[in-house]
Amino acid sequence: MTVASIQVSETPLVLYTLRRADDALILGHRLSEWCGHAPAMEEDMALANMGLDLLGQARELYAYAAKVEGKGNDEDKFAYLRDVRQYRNLLLLEQPNGDFARTMVRQFFYAAFADLYWRAMMKSGDPTLAAVAAKSEKESAYHLRHSSEWIVRLGDGTEESHTRAQTAIDDLWAYTGEMFAVDDSERALIDAGIAIDPASLHQRWLKTVLDIVSEATLALPTSNWMQQGGRSGRHSEHLGHLLSELQSMQRTFPGATW
Amino acid sequence: MVTAVISDADLRQRAWNAAAQVVDPEIPVLTIVDLGVLRDVVVSDGHVEIAITPTYSGCPAMNMIALEIELALEREGIRQPKIRTVLSPAWTTDWMSDDGRRKLREYGIAPPLAGSGRRALFGEQSVACPQCGAEDTEVLSEFGSTSCKALWRCRSCREPFEYFKCH
Repeated sequence: MTVASIQVSETPLVLYTLRRADDALILGHRLSEWCGHAPAMEEDMALANMGLDLLGQARELYAYAAKVEGKGNDEDKFAYLRDVRQYRNLLLLEQPNGDFARTMVRQFFYAAFADLYWRAMMKSGDPTLAAVAAKSEKESAYHLRHSSEWIVRLGDGTEESHTRAQTAIDDLWAYTGEMFAVDDSERALIDAGIAIDPASLHQRWLKTVLDIVSEATLALPTSNWMQQGGRSGRHSEHLGHLLSELQSMQRTFPGATW
Repeated sequence: MVTAVISDADLRQRAWNAAAQVVDPEIPVLTIVDLGVLRDVVVSDGHVEIAITPTYSGCPAMNMIALEIELALEREGIRQPKIRTVLSPAWTTDWMSDDGRRKLREYGIAPPLAGSGRRALFGEQSVACPQCGAEDTEVLSEFGSTSCKALWRCRSCREPFEYFKCH
């Protein structure tokens, strides 16, 4: 027996909050997949630690989305009982781990954004979002420092690590544009001072990324074509596989608790 | 009917004293007061509400701490206390008491450097070895056995040690 997906009333604030919660949950889950498989013990702990930070951020955001929606959903229902098309995370974050270089490039692209984004969101007119931002900003700063150091080490390392890092950059680049995109629903929140316009962070993000990538003797692709869809529920095939694992217990044994 | 007359102020003090005994399950030498996790105790009409703040968003010790507070208050005869989690202002290692820093060092964990700003985070760090006191130390990993710690090593006595990260 399986259990049906929930319905969600996606008002602008609920949708906005779910998008950020989904970002954190999906990337956190990806990082947790490394547990027991990382190249070194220290790195295993680092990846699990960062996954835990993201899971904590996701929980705070899901709990807030549930409160704002007020329809009896809760953090577990949002995580376990929504189908692929109801997930609103960035396509970048659902991309498979691949090799360690690919995981680090994905982490670096996102952490460089999240660090700026949450710092700016501390000024949100919504007190709960501002409070979540104040916690997430500190954690993102560590994630950025960690992944920056790895990008330099991999890019400026051996021929093998350089090639792998460059391939990951080339493959993931087209997913970075979605971080700065805004739709009508989110525009309304930006105008109301609840959200900030991510486009205003683009130049600073690009500078951080360019500085590190150059130091790593790597290069950014010249193509500006960007893939979008995650924010409106159009995902790559990878998310379905991820959710089938993440949700299997609750879908198979509805309401099961530890 | 006999009603025990306990003023809200007395009740608040008793509740605070009970909650203040609760220790971090992962660093049992630190109480939640040392850590700055216990933020407030509010009493109204005989109902007690305890405000705590998480150290890290995903810190799994928070659930345990909330449960321990409930138990500590129940033992004091304070029924059904409410535990409220507050996110703002965000927790910082600057709230750790001097006593807490001393206890950490004696326990073998280097306490967080003072000043939790981004400069402390990204600037040059000099962390003294909690074993031998030498300043000649190096970072092994930004992330340690719990969310709040990093892994360091002393170049002088060669002992690895944990450092409670600035946050």
